Amino acid sequence: MKILTKWLRAYLPGLPVDDAQLAEDLTLRGIAVEGIYDLGAGNGSLYEMDITTNRVDAMNHYGVAREVAAIYGLPLPTLSYALPEAKPGAKFDVKIEAEDACGRFTARVLRGVNIGESRNWFAGAEVATYFGLLEQKKISNAVDATNFAWLLMGQPTHAFDLDKIEGGIVVRRARKGEKLKTLDGIERTLDPEDLIVADHVKPLGLAGVMGGWDSMITPATKNVLVEAAWFDPMAVRRTARRHGLHTDASHRFERGADFNAGETASAIVTSILLANGGHIEGEFVDVRVPAIEARTAKRKPVALALSEVHRILGTTVDKEGITAETVEKVLGALGCGLKNQQVSALRASGLASQREDSEWQVTLPSWRLDIEREIDLIEEVARVYGYNRFANTLHAFGEGVKALPWAAAEAAVRATLRAAGFHEAIASTFCSAADAALAAPQPGLIVPLGNPLSEEAGVLRPSLVPGMLAMIAGNLHRDVSDVRLFELGTVFSGTTEKVEERPALAFGAAGTLPEQSTLHPARDLDFHDVKGVVEHVLSRFEMSSVYFDRFPAEAGLTPAWLHPYRSARIAAEGTTMGWFGQLHPREAAARKLKDVVLVGEIYLDRLYKLPIRKPAAREISRFQPVRRDFSLVLGAEVAWEKIDSAMQALAIPELVDWRARELFRDPKLGANEYALLLGVTFQAPDRTLRDDELQEWQAQVVEAVGKAGARLRG
Amino acid sequence: MTNDPISNLTVPSLTSFDEAALDKAFAALAAQARDSAAAIDGPEAVEAFRLEWLGRKQGRLTDVSGKWLKAAPAEAKKSLGQRFNALKTVVEGLLEQASGSGPSDAALAAEAIDITLPGTRRLTGSEHPITKTLNEIVSVFAALGYSVGVGPEVETDYYNFESMNFPPGHPARDTQDTLVVANQERRPLRDRLLLRTHTSPVQMRTMELQPPPVRIVIPGKVHRNDAADATHSPIFHQVEGLCVDTNITFSDLKGTLDHAMKALFGSSVKTRFFPSFFPFTEPSADVQISCIFCGGKGCRKCKQSGWIELLGCGMVDPAVFAFAAEKQPTYDPKKISGFAFGMGVERIAMMKYGVSEIGQFYAGDMRFLGQFA
Repeated sequence: MKILTKWLRAYLPGLPVDDAQLAEDLTLRGIAVEGIYDLGAGNGSLYEMDITTNRVDAMNHYGVAREVAAIYGLPLPTLSYALPEAKPGAKFDVKIEAEDACGRFTARVLRGVNIGESRNWFAGAEVATYFGLLEQKKISNAVDATNFAWLLMGQPTHAFDLDKIEGGIVVRRARKGEKLKTLDGIERTLDPEDLIVADHVKPLGLAGVMGGWDSMITPATKNVLVEAAWFDPMAVRRTARRHGLHTDASHRFERGADFNAGETASAIVTSILLANGGHIEGEFVDVRVPAIEARTAKRKPVALALSEVHRILGTTVDKEGITAETVEKVLGALGCGLKNQQVSALRASGLASQREDSEWQVTLPSWRLDIEREIDLIEEVARVYGYNRFANTLHAFGEGVKALPWAAAEAAVRATLRAAGFHEAIASTFCSAADAALAAPQPGLIVPLGNPLSEEAGVLRPSLVPGMLAMIAGNLHRDVSDVRLFELGTVFSGTTEKVEERPALAFGAAGTLPEQSTLHPARDLDFHDVKGVVEHVLSRFEMSSVYFDRFPAEAGLTPAWLHPYRSARIAAEGTTMGWFGQLHPREAAARKLKDVVLVGEIYLDRLYKLPIRKPAAREISRFQPVRRDFSLVLGAEVAWEKIDSAMQALAIPELVDWRARELFRDPKLGANEYALLLGVTFQAPDRTLRDDELQEWQAQVVEAVGKAGARLRG
Repeated sequence: MTNDPISNLTVPSLTSFDEAALDKAFAALAAQARDSAAAIDGPEAVEAFRLEWLGRKQGRLTDVSGKWLKAAPAEAKKSLGQRFNALKTVVEGLLEQASGSGPSDAALAAEAIDITLPGTRRLTGSEHPITKTLNEIVSVFAALGYSVGVGPEVETDYYNFESMNFPPGHPARDTQDTLVVANQERRPLRDRLLLRTHTSPVQMRTMELQPPPVRIVIPGKVHRNDAADATHSPIFHQVEGLCVDTNITFSDLKGTLDHAMKALFGSSVKTRFFPSFFPFTEPSADVQISCIFCGGKGCRKCKQSGWIELLGCGMVDPAVFAFAAEKQPTYDPKKISGFAFGMGVERIAMMKYGVSEIGQFYAGDMRFLGQFA
C-alpha cells in the first residue's frame, strides 16, 4: 500500500518531524514503512507500507494520519463534506434480507450526471496531484470517485447505473442457478451461499467483492446510485473464495470495515460526481441492522485499569512510566472515549491526586474492530507509547530445568553415528505411496495427505528408508561416491482418524574405506562395516541379549528393500530393533544405482526403552595374557555364530577374548568348506598362567569347536 | 702393504719411552680413535670400531698393552700404564657415544617420504546445521531456566489453531496454507488432523498438563503448504518458548530475548521491538537484532537497514489462557501472565553459516553436510 506524506500533512499541518523521522516513528509503532521515495520539492515522499492484516483501518491516508496524530499528540480534523440540497423524489427502496451478513446499506440517487474526465473536484482535495503522485490512473469521474474514497478512508463504495436497476435494491443470498456477469467480464453461476446485491429481478453484484457488468457506469450513464455498505467479513470471504476473487473491497470487508464510514464515503463520491453536473434526488437511504450495529459501532464499553496496564507491561526506561494521563492521551487520540470511574469517585472523597488505581470505562471506535478487550487497549497503550521505551528486565526462576527423558539416548545415538563418520541429514516428512508400500513396517497403516505438495510426497513417511535412499541416490548421481548419512526423524502410521508417531533412525552408506587416501588401497564398504556401526549404537545401551538373524526367503519377513541374503534383523531383549543390510539389487536398479548401497533402520522408540549403558571401570590384569591361534576348517553351513556360542558355553573365566582373526577360502579344502583362524586369549587377573592349565583349556576349545562343526586343520 | 709381520700390528713399535715420546704416541692413537668414531655410520660400523680398538685378540689396545708395555723399561711402566688407562677410557666413551646414536643421517635419508601429500583422513560425521542451531538455542534458554517440551508433528485443528486463538475462518486454516491429512472433511473442525504449522500447539499441551509456573522451549519440525524457493520450504524448524508465572511482564519478555540474542550472536548485539500481530499473543512484537554482519552500519545482508528481523513474540493472549483453564483452572488470566516467542531455525542457521538456499538443509548432500564437521 502506498501513502503520500503530502496527503498526510494536509490533515496535520503542525507535524513537527521530517518524512524520514515520521517513517521511523510509524514503523516502531507497528505501522511499518518499508520504503521511502522522495517525490521532489514540495511533493513530500511516497511511503511503501506493510501493515499487518489486523490493522486494516490504517490501510488508507486518513487511518495513517490518525496514527500520526496519536504519536505526536496532534489534533486530527474529522472528515466532513457538505453536499448540495437534494431535489425532492421518492425514497429509493433498499431492503436487507440477509441480516446476518449485511449490517448497513446506504444509497444515494444522483440524476443528470455527466460521465467523463474528472474535474478538479472539490475544495481541499488535491485529487489530480494525489493521483499523479500515486501513479493512480484517472479513468472517469465515476471510477476516480470510488478510488479516491478508497485511498482516503479505505471504505469501498460502488456506483450503479440507476437506469439498469429494476425496482429497488435487495441484499440477499443468491438463488440456486442464478447467473451474474461480473465487472471482469466473467459470467458466473452463483451459489446459494453467495451474498449478493440484487434488484427486484436479478443479481447486480457480488456483495463486497465485485460489481456486475450490466449495471456498471458507462459514458452513456445519466443517473447513478451510490452504494456504501457494511458486509460481514466471513460472508465476503466465502463469496470471494468461491469465485476465486480477491479485490480491494473484499480485502477490506474480509478484515472488518468501519460500520460508520459509509455516509462520509458516499458524500465523497457524490461530491466528485456532482462536480461534473447533476443533482441529488430524494433523501439519503440508510438501512441498518441493529444487531450488527451493536457488535460494531455501538459496542459496550470495556473496563480498563491502570494497575492491569502495569501488571502486563512492567517496567519502563522512563522513571515516570505509564501514567493515567498517558493512557487517556493515547486511547483518546485513537478514537476511544474514556470515562474515569475511579477518579470521579476519588475526587468526591478528595483523593484525586492519587491516580495509580485509575479505572476507566472505554468506548471503542467503530473502525477498530480488532479492539474488543482490556488487553487490546493495553496493547494500544504499549504500541503508541513505544515498545523500545520499556526496560529489559529478567524475572527470577526457582524450578529446575528438565531435559526430555530420551535426550541422553538421542545424543548417544547421534554421537555414535558421527564418530563412525556419518553426517546427519534431514529428509522430507513425506514420500510417495509406492515408496511407503515398499518400506512400511505395517503396509496397511499408511496415512495419505489431503492436499499433498506432489504425488512424490503423497503420504506421511512410514519409514525413514525412502528418504534415505533418495538422499544416497542424490549423492551418487552427482558423482559423490563416498556416502555416509543418518537421519533421526519421526515416522508415521495409523489411519486418517488417528496417526501414531515414532522416532526412528536410518543410516545409509556407499563407497570405499578409507574414504580419502593417496597412499593406501581403498576397499568397498560391505555389510560388516555397517554391522559394526549397528553394534556400536547398540553398545551404548544396556541389554542382556542381542543377536542378528536372517529369515528364509519364503518366510517373507525380510523387508522388500533389503537383499534377502545380505541383510539382518537386529533383535535385542527378544524384540526387533530394526533391519539393515545391502539394498535389494532390484531397488538399486530401479533407482539407477550401480554402487553397492548399505542401508538400515532402527526403531528408536524400542531402543530408548533400554537404559543407557553407564561406563564402569574394571581392574586391568597386570599378568601377561597368552594368545593361542587355532586354524580351523568348517563346512560352509557352519556360521561363526556356532563357534562363538561354543566358545561362550565353555565359560572358562580365564578365557577373556576370542575372535575370528581371518577367514579364507582355500582351493586345497573341500568344495563346501572354508578355513578360519580362531584367535583365543587367556588371562588371569591374579597370576601368571601355568602350562598345564593352558594345555587343558586348549583341549577344551578344540573339543567345543569340534562339536560345533569345525576340525583342526592338519 | 708389506709382508713384514710388524705391519699386521696396528700400533707402531715404540723406540723411546721418555715422557714426551709417550705423550706423542698416545695422543696420535687418541686422534685416530676419534677420527674412526666420527666415521661410524651404522650398527655394523659400531661393531667394527669396537673390534678395531677393544677386540681381545687383535684390538689396538691389546696391541698397546702387548707390545709397548712389555717392551717398556721398568721405570717407564707406571707412566705408560696411566696413559693406557686414559686412552681406554676415551675409546670406551667414543664407543658408548656411537652405539647410542642409532642409524646415520644417510640411512634415515633413504627412508624419506613426501610430507606434502595430503593426510589420510577418515570421514568425520557432522552434526546437521539445523540440529546444531536448535541445540544452541535450547541451551541458551536452558541457562535461563527453560526445560524442553515437544509434541506431535500431526496435530488437531484444536491445538494448532483453535486453542491458539485463530478465529474459525482464519486464512492460515485454509488448505492453501496448511497441509492436511486426507479425509478430514466430515470430522468436527476441532478434531481435524493436519501437519502442525508451528510448534505453538505444544504451549497448550504443556499448560494442560502442568499448572504454572511454566518455562519451556519447544524445538521441532513444522510444515506449511508453501512452494519451495531460496528462502521458503514446506518443511522447516521452529523453536518456540513459553514462560508463565505470576507477574511476568512485557519488560521481562524484552529482557529475556535481549539476553538470548546476545548469548546467540554476541554480546554487542542490540535488539529492538516492533508491534506485530499474532492470534495467540497480545501485545505482539517482532524482534530485530542489529545486523551481525555489519554491526548495524548497513550492508547488503541487512538491506542497508542495519537491522535483521529474527523472531516473533508477545504476551500470551488471555484467550489462550482461557483454553488452558478448561483443563487447568490455575491459568486465570487475572492472576497469572506470560509471554511466548518463536523463531525460525533455518533462517538463523542460514545467517550463521552463510547458507543461501534453504533446500540444501534437506537434500542430504555430503558436500554440503561435510562443511559442518
